[in-house]
Amino acid sequence: MKYLDEFSDPDLAAKLIAEIKAITTRRWAIMEVCGGQTHSIIRHGIDQLLPEQIEMIHGPGCPVCVTPLEIIDKALDIAARPGVVFCSFGDMLRVPGSDEDLFGIKSRGGDVRVVYSPLDALTIAKANPDKQVVFFGIGFETTAPANAMTVFQAKRQGVENFSLLVSHVLVPPAVAAIMESPVCRVQAFLAAGHVCSVMGTDEYPPLCERYRVPIVVTGFEPLDILEGIRRTVAQLESGRHELENAYTRAVCAEGNPAAKRMLADVFEVTDRAWRGIGTIPSSGWRLSPAYRDYDAEHRFSVTGIHTEESKVCRSGEVLQGLIKPHECEAFGGQCTPRNPLGATMVSSEGACAAYYLYRRLEVTSV
Amino acid sequence: MSDAVDVQSWVCPLPLRNSPNVVMGHGGGGAMSAELIEHLFLPAFGPAADAAMGDSAVLEVGGVRLAFSTDSYVVKPIVFPGGTIGDLAVNGTVNDLAMAGAQPMVLSTAFILEEGTALDELALVAQAIGTAALAAGVRLVTGDTKVVDAGHGDGVYVNTAGIGIVDARADIRPQRAAVGDVVIASGDIGVHGVAVMSCRDGLEFGTTVTSDTAALNGLVAAMIDTGVDVHALRDPTRGGVAATLNEIAKTAGVGIAVDERLLPIPAEVRDACGLLGLDPLYVANEGKLIAFVPSDGAERVLAAMREHPLGARSVVIGSCVAEHPGIVVARTGLGGNRVVDLPIGEQLPRIC
Amino acid sequence: MCLAVPGRILRVEDRDGTLMSVVDFGGVQKEVCLQYVPDADVGEYVVVHVGFAIQRLDEESAMRTLAEFEHLGVLAEEFGDGFEIAARQAGVTP
Repeated sequence: MKYLDEFSDPDLAAKLIAEIKAITTRRWAIMEVCGGQTHSIIRHGIDQLLPEQIEMIHGPGCPVCVTPLEIIDKALDIAARPGVVFCSFGDMLRVPGSDEDLFGIKSRGGDVRVVYSPLDALTIAKANPDKQVVFFGIGFETTAPANAMTVFQAKRQGVENFSLLVSHVLVPPAVAAIMESPVCRVQAFLAAGHVCSVMGTDEYPPLCERYRVPIVVTGFEPLDILEGIRRTVAQLESGRHELENAYTRAVCAEGNPAAKRMLADVFEVTDRAWRGIGTIPSSGWRLSPAYRDYDAEHRFSVTGIHTEESKVCRSGEVLQGLIKPHECEAFGGQCTPRNPLGATMVSSEGACAAYYLYRRLEVTSV
Repeated sequence: MSDAVDVQSWVCPLPLRNSPNVVMGHGGGGAMSAELIEHLFLPAFGPAADAAMGDSAVLEVGGVRLAFSTDSYVVKPIVFPGGTIGDLAVNGTVNDLAMAGAQPMVLSTAFILEEGTALDELALVAQAIGTAALAAGVRLVTGDTKVVDAGHGDGVYVNTAGIGIVDARADIRPQRAAVGDVVIASGDIGVHGVAVMSCRDGLEFGTTVTSDTAALNGLVAAMIDTGVDVHALRDPTRGGVAATLNEIAKTAGVGIAVDERLLPIPAEVRDACGLLGLDPLYVANEGKLIAFVPSDGAERVLAAMREHPLGARSVVIGSCVAEHPGIVVARTGLGGNRVVDLPIGEQLPRIC
Repeated sequence: MCLAVPGRILRVEDRDGTLMSVVDFGGVQKEVCLQYVPDADVGEYVVVHVGFAIQRLDEESAMRTLAEFEHLGVLAEEFGDGFEIAARQAGVTP
């Protein structure tokens, strides 16, 4: 794919790695916010190639990992109802709720469908006027415009059998919450590139100032990740704490004005519970009053949800980079990708799942 | 601004695997499928079951080794770019026999048809079965047909069972993969899965990729004819090359090291996977095999494979190693390492 | 959280008042909503996430970035480590 494959070039990667090694003189702890970045780092073995002084802390930028348990249970409740077609991105199907997951609902006859785009769910709604079609609208600011457009179109076209179960989360408040934690070890952030494609970069300089951390907008391909790390280390080594954009081909300071206008119309800011972390004020979006009719939580009064917390899982601490996955007692024993206790073990870029694969190798190799 | 986040009250769900029902992942060809066999079927079958259940069984009958295999085809859509469920039904079982070093002799075909299925469509599938059987040199000798109520099936389900004669020179079993063996892929990977996905509801995309379904018994015969002691063969269907390598690694107790730079992934497969967030190593293949060959015979086998039309793009992708037994590790393009684990259930498109 | 890939717009059409397009990703084609990048023309590249173009891909910027990577380490190659360290200490970046 053009403008993608070139950013995996191994020779250029080697140059970037050499450069990072040349400028690193001290230990640094850098958090990559976005789950997609974590995935790329693990997938390409990037953290094995960095100088040993650099520690990558995997952040909570994985909507699969942080979607609140209560919303998952509501999704399961709605999906199990007869006459409902429940549409979702593939990522969410294996995420465990209190009792089971969407696959389980499907196995018992629930009409659960994987779609690539939320517009596909709208198409299904138009094709099935006798059913209630619900789309599971999770994700960060990157995905919100797609969900917004879909519900905007639903309203405009009068597709009344469509509704959205919303659980959007925002990056800047999460960054602030992480830095506010008294045991925070993060010294710099790689900001989520595609979130910034939509929102621009204006929200980050105040965070750089307040917490004195470098924030570098970073992409997802190996060269993008390495360049983001290189610029971050350069700042850390020279005592700077600024916003930099290392993903200029897809990010500009103002973001996407058309998307931002739609987001302002369709959504409003709300407090949001982040699974494993807790409630972060003003860290999420819900449908605005103009679109309340299309809100699945209102349309389906879901009551009697009793979320079961397990005391064993330490996803929250992992998500904030406070512990490494293998420091959790359940890791590798009670909790494995086959029998996940928490979302960080289910998600392909969850830190626990990624570590599980690494640790097995370290333990078994001579 | 927010107060400090309370890190003590983390939340977590209860363990998942108490599901009392079959779920889609059980059919994915990955860890869940394996678990269903190990933890439900085999114990339930009891002493009558042969614990060494593989893709095919080899039986000694009157001094001749026969291979016996069965497979069911539930693919949707029934017709896809490059083939139909009929082609898969014949080639799949023929290939299971071939992976045991056997030439297929006969096949049974059993149909479960959903009431209301268009007879035209059924005829198309039957014709494809006939054509594929002829091409593979296998005879269709017996069969069965059942009909289920509308809404209880997906059009056409086909089961085929086959018997073949194992080549006297061959001792091809997953257990025989050994440290030092060269791992060879017979051609481009990820092709079938991408072809089928491209016309699946909700995921449709335009592509020139067509299924690689094919009968591999001719290719395997050419490999055995070299006289090299081929250790193991496996066709990487559901779960992709990743599933196959993991299965062999675990069964033989060897580590497998592959080099990502050597994997034969066509550009269209890579791009389709990039679009949907899939890893080509986990995408299904149909007319391909993975061979485990002793290093001193690898050149000869590779040459013979490349002479055959179905092996023209054969390539070495890695080797069996003493380190990390049971685990498959890939050297990434950048020079790092990543473990290629057994897929859990179905691979799904992701947004993250 | 953000699997988004760059693709080239092949054609644009209005569908029910929404701007839609067919985008080519190196041979794979998919329908993409263009409503958020309405000025993008046929032949231009956009970044696509879940069936939506979320931003233009700045081709010049992409090429510039790759060129910058090519030139990394040039100072070290030409002058050796000592000079590189001195250059950094002087606040001169390669």
